Amino acid sequence: MADHIILQVTRYRPERESEPTTQEYEIPLHEEWAVLDGLNHVKDQLDGTLSYRWSCRMGICGSCGMTVNGEPRLTCATFLTDYRPGPIRIEPLRNFPVIRDLVVEIGDFMRKLPEVKPWLIRDEDAAALEGELLQTPAEMDDYKRYSMCINCMLCYSACPIVGLEEGFLGPAVIALAQRYNLDSRDKGADERLDVLSTAEGVWGCTFVGECTTACPKGVDPAGAIQQYKLTAATESLKSFLLPWRSP
Amino acid sequence: MSANYTEFHPRWYRPRMSVFWWVGRRSYLVFVLRELSSVFVAWSVVFLLLLVHALSQGGAAYQRFLNLSSNPWMLALNVVALAFVVFHAITWFNLAPQAMVVRLRGKRVPRSVIAGAHYTGWALLSALAAWLILG
Repeated sequence: MADHIILQVTRYRPERESEPTTQEYEIPLHEEWAVLDGLNHVKDQLDGTLSYRWSCRMGICGSCGMTVNGEPRLTCATFLTDYRPGPIRIEPLRNFPVIRDLVVEIGDFMRKLPEVKPWLIRDEDAAALEGELLQTPAEMDDYKRYSMCINCMLCYSACPIVGLEEGFLGPAVIALAQRYNLDSRDKGADERLDVLSTAEGVWGCTFVGECTTACPKGVDPAGAIQQYKLTAATESLKSFLLPWRSP
Repeated sequence: MSANYTEFHPRWYRPRMSVFWWVGRRSYLVFVLRELSSVFVAWSVVFLLLLVHALSQGGAAYQRFLNLSSNPWMLALNVVALAFVVFHAITWFNLAPQAMVVRLRGKRVPRSVIAGAHYTGWALLSALAAWLILG
């Protein structure tokens, strides 16, 4: 049965137009096709000029995030049949500048990410002598869900604070900082505090909670941020009451 | 080709967020209402302080406060304030399990238990207040 569905795709060609427009494509509707398969069909068969990012097709690489019918989604994990009879509106991720068609510019995130030092921090001289760093399953459970982040930017697209406050570090960056703060092998929590406990850090978040709803990997950035607020407040209180104590 | 477009530095399109970004989506609307509810929480505190102040000033001042409180406008304001304060409490209690990690004997306490503890505390304190006033 040759069923079909309409894709309403946002086009933006900076050499031709100053604002995005919408272009419709009619594609075959197959049970096993994700939205990304539909876009690939358009690119291969209907219009080779359409630009979008994708790579793994299996929810690992985090590059095919787009706005599907108003919701931030990984297009490889969003099935066409769920939107029957259509049409399906496909736009670039929100809260990012658009380079072309469905391709957004994520440089801002890439600049913010290293600010929170998302890597294991240890005394380098001691590290060589320590050998293996053992961890119990319970210790791993503390941070594991935050380590599932694939940097797909859906949480940035879902968060209104990211759109309103340019300096806000954003959900994924803070969740990744917590991923290392909560790791029993890491010693860098104090170094991250100065970046995280600021108006651009956790205190910029007003707990809308949409980052957690949007996350395709169950990371719960909203939870990470609220839990870190408690940590940051406790540290501030400690340094106020015990100023002689080294951080 | 437009003047400010070059092959290597294309002109990005920067969409602007509408002032009414919170209208179109239920979760954003609930969030904005929850933020707005803080104003009514603050009003409730002010109203309580006014009551305590009137009580401390003696019978005549207390009577004036009662007259002011029974004014239809004041009643309407307080009904709206009560609705917002209840909304504030419920939405925050529902969010509490996400923000709190409580461990008992190494295991994380389930979300339902944390939310349940908040509601139980609320019910107990309300019962105590009702007992003090009505009992």
